[in-house]
Amino acid sequence: MTGGKMVLAADAQALETKHLGFTISPHEECAVEEAVRIGGEVVVLTLGPAEAEEQLRDCMAIGADRGILLKTSEEWDAQSTAAAIVDAIRAEGPFDLILFGNESADAAGFQVGIRVAHALGLPVVTGLKKIEVQGARVRCERDVGGARDVYEAPLPTVLTVLEGLNLPRYPSVPGRLRARSKPLTVVEPGRPEQKLEKLRLVVPEGQGKQAEILEGAAQVVAVMQSLGVA
Amino acid sequence: MSTVVIGGGIVGNSLTGWLAELGVTDLVQLDKGPFPNPGGSTGHASNFIFPVDHSKEMTQLTLESMRQYREAGTLHECGGIEVARTEERMEELRRRMASAKSWGIEDCRLVTPAEIKELVPFVDESILLGGFYTPSVAVVDSLRFGTVMREQAQAKGAQVFANTEVTGIDVENGAVRRVRTTRGDFDAATVVIACGVWSPRIARMAGASIPLTPAVHQMIDVGPVPRFLTSKTAVDFPIVRDMDTNMYERQDGQGLEVGSYAHRPILHEPDDIPSIEESATTPTELPFTQEDFELQLEHALQLVPEVLGDESVGIKYAINGLLSLTPDGLPLLGETPEVKGLWAASAVWVKEGPGVGKSVAEWMVHGEPEIDLQSSDVARFYPEQRTPEHIKGRTSEGFNKTYGIVHPAEQWESNRGVRVSPFYERERDLGAVFYEAAAWERPHWYESNAQLVEEYGVQGREHEWDARWWSPIINAEHLAMRQRAAMFDLTAFCVFDVVGPNALDAVQMVAARQMNVPNGRVVYTPVLAPRGGFKSDLTIMKMEDDRFRVVTGGAHGMADMKWFRDHCPDGTRIEDHTSSVCTVGIWGPRARDVLAAITATDVSNEAFPFSTWQELDNGVIASRISYVGDLGWELYTPMERGLELWDALWEAGRPHGVVPAGIGVYGTTGRLEKAYRAFGAELDQDYDVVEADMAWWKVKEEDFVGKAAHVAARDREPAATLCTLTIDELSRTPLGREPIVREDGSPLVDAKGRRSYVTSAGMGPSIGKYILMSYLPPDARDDLYVQYMEQLYPVTVDVVGSRPPFDPDNERIRS
Repeated sequence: MTGGKMVLAADAQALETKHLGFTISPHEECAVEEAVRIGGEVVVLTLGPAEAEEQLRDCMAIGADRGILLKTSEEWDAQSTAAAIVDAIRAEGPFDLILFGNESADAAGFQVGIRVAHALGLPVVTGLKKIEVQGARVRCERDVGGARDVYEAPLPTVLTVLEGLNLPRYPSVPGRLRARSKPLTVVEPGRPEQKLEKLRLVVPEGQGKQAEILEGAAQVVAVMQSLGVA
Repeated sequence: MSTVVIGGGIVGNSLTGWLAELGVTDLVQLDKGPFPNPGGSTGHASNFIFPVDHSKEMTQLTLESMRQYREAGTLHECGGIEVARTEERMEELRRRMASAKSWGIEDCRLVTPAEIKELVPFVDESILLGGFYTPSVAVVDSLRFGTVMREQAQAKGAQVFANTEVTGIDVENGAVRRVRTTRGDFDAATVVIACGVWSPRIARMAGASIPLTPAVHQMIDVGPVPRFLTSKTAVDFPIVRDMDTNMYERQDGQGLEVGSYAHRPILHEPDDIPSIEESATTPTELPFTQEDFELQLEHALQLVPEVLGDESVGIKYAINGLLSLTPDGLPLLGETPEVKGLWAASAVWVKEGPGVGKSVAEWMVHGEPEIDLQSSDVARFYPEQRTPEHIKGRTSEGFNKTYGIVHPAEQWESNRGVRVSPFYERERDLGAVFYEAAAWERPHWYESNAQLVEEYGVQGREHEWDARWWSPIINAEHLAMRQRAAMFDLTAFCVFDVVGPNALDAVQMVAARQMNVPNGRVVYTPVLAPRGGFKSDLTIMKMEDDRFRVVTGGAHGMADMKWFRDHCPDGTRIEDHTSSVCTVGIWGPRARDVLAAITATDVSNEAFPFSTWQELDNGVIASRISYVGDLGWELYTPMERGLELWDALWEAGRPHGVVPAGIGVYGTTGRLEKAYRAFGAELDQDYDVVEADMAWWKVKEEDFVGKAAHVAARDREPAATLCTLTIDELSRTPLGREPIVREDGSPLVDAKGRRSYVTSAGMGPSIGKYILMSYLPPDARDDLYVQYMEQLYPVTVDVVGSRPPFDPDNERIRS
């Protein structure tokens, strides 16, 4: 989702999305780009409403071969999301690499990738900024404050990646047109009882305001003084 | 008291700059957003200008805008080509050549697919039949230009406030008094709403209405394009308008912008536009809706496969940009009819912005703009044309006509049947083909008269375009009128009374002709603008000493009513009877017999002479005038008695062979045979009474608007005179606005720099000739041609001046 100031719906259970466009979050965008660069058949999967097809088509426009939509009109917690994805992967299988965004841009639970790996009995490496497939193994790097941890894992494996892993491409027009006819499987998984309950949303103080408009020289001077440059 | 301009887009900035230039002091400009891009439509405009339009007014505004952009160093000439994929479009491009010549744009030419390829090497010319190339097409920097204008105004003392939102407009005694904002109040006697898509919301704060709707224009930007990497300017290649797919492609630096007017109309409400804080980018750049653009991508790929077929070229930016649409596609300019001192300068695109700024500033300061803005006058709408249904219907229909091939007589399909006369059912039963005028349904001809075509031996038209929105029945109805008589539904007239002890003063000031006449007289009079051009022409009936009835055309009626209201002294008022009175016209040699059969009132020539009105014994008000040049009357009666009148005339007319006749006769064939002028065609602010050959024998003593200019015009030789021409062969029939040229195709230009063009065109069935009217300079009388669809057709000047080709001594109307 993109947008400026966040506005909550009257019941504080959701964001007002009337003026907003939707997009996949930056970590996942990099995951899809990386998958397309690595090559082989690329399948992109999401759990979301019917409208999420648009984001799946966006991924197919930059090179994913087909999509799977786990369609639901409700919100799911991380545990049940992971379970639904595991079911879908088992139904599809086998995969060499399962890439996740490190955390979602909305709930930011940091859990789904790890839960899926655990359920499938696969190794998982998280928070990655570099991936290199070397034969039957994958070499991964993670930033750790001025240095990098390097991991190697056997395929198949689960990786969760961070924005900055690569520079995702823009879709081309032929890519867009091809995406329209690429296969999309829609599955409606049953929603298990949720272990996580949402009480309400609150917009944090000062959110969305990144610029302050100064009026007149006096204010400019005051700001510069507060910064210690005048 | 301040003059406050609300809005800091291309219009608000241009207007503020021009108001300061014209000497307005105590000038304030506000915008709720930051400068230089406060977030309106200007900020995301594609900023290119194609000067040629079929409308004279829009072309004049565009040319003036280009002049200003150029002078400010904010215009880059790159050329532009409107390309055709179909033969029908090629014909439209030929028609555009005519408009270009009529409005003085010299550099245009038709080009072949190979020439297009040479100019724009990345198009696939194999799908094209040709193009219309305008080398003067340009891209402009509208934000920079706006900044220049705003800063010029500031240098002259104007105060400019960004980030200042209007929260209310106070109105006292019908006049604007104060603007309330988030930074305090501004006392103001004059306020201009130049708020683009937000204009309706701001107008509503003052109790006024600005009938426009925000609508989506989709645009994508792709890049980087390998071919453009070495470009020396932001636009090295001509802009391409792919007219048949309603799209355009233009270079923008290393990218290519692809825009569309082809998608479904996506309308918004001004109140639903997100605030600046809520917006991802700006409030008028909404999230792109991909599904609306799918077909457009395919079409664009067909035309520019080299760019869009390149897998390395990505779609980098895509928006649903908001722009303003109006019910008739024209801007909304001038003082609002609801609130004195509250002006509109809305629904203006970048290509007209500076010209509109100058023109509206002149209108505000001098009372009249140099460019005639009659088509854009915000006062033109009737209440029925300000409804949400009308605005939504017409803008939805009009959006996809942005690059459309629109026939001059083309009718709207949406929101029809809104205003109907009491005779509507009768007319429908007679097979009336209805055209719309000012939201009224008016019969243009009647299918029930089809047998007259054979009876009178009327010829059809060979060419489909010429015959579109036309029927030979019109000419047959005309001949039946001249031989017997015809009934016309004229209920769409705008009818209002000027009432009060000073009513005479009011009408004297507005009307150019003498209005101090006996009760019972009907006076046809020009209404002049201050500089002596035509503001309107209409008839005024002297009803009583303190009551004058104005009858004017439906299309311009609301603007006329405002003009009269503006000139009413205290204690004098306007009473609008448009919706309470209906009108039937009956003309032809048998008209007197028919009228005599429904009234005991003496309607003989002696008892009821021409140019008079009387109330008949049956309560009908009969006015003996004619716009078709035959014996007869306009008959006015209350709406609820209209059907009774129609039926009585119908019955009385049967023994005389009276036919119903439509506006095809009233507005064209009957009128042109008599060389009667029409406002908006022959009559506009560009021409004066002498040039129209409508000067009467003496100028009245009393003052009237435009008097000094009129007196001066009478003392000099006219630079051009309105002439009646006939076309020598009838294989094609021009429809109006085509240039009159010499044998080598060169235009006729008069001493004032105006070009000769066809102001009206139509058949004169009784004289057996096809008539064109045009203002011609004194030296242009022989060897003239009309340029139509890139062919020259010889024309003959039949009459110089207003002497009618048919019944030149007016014996019929006076019989």
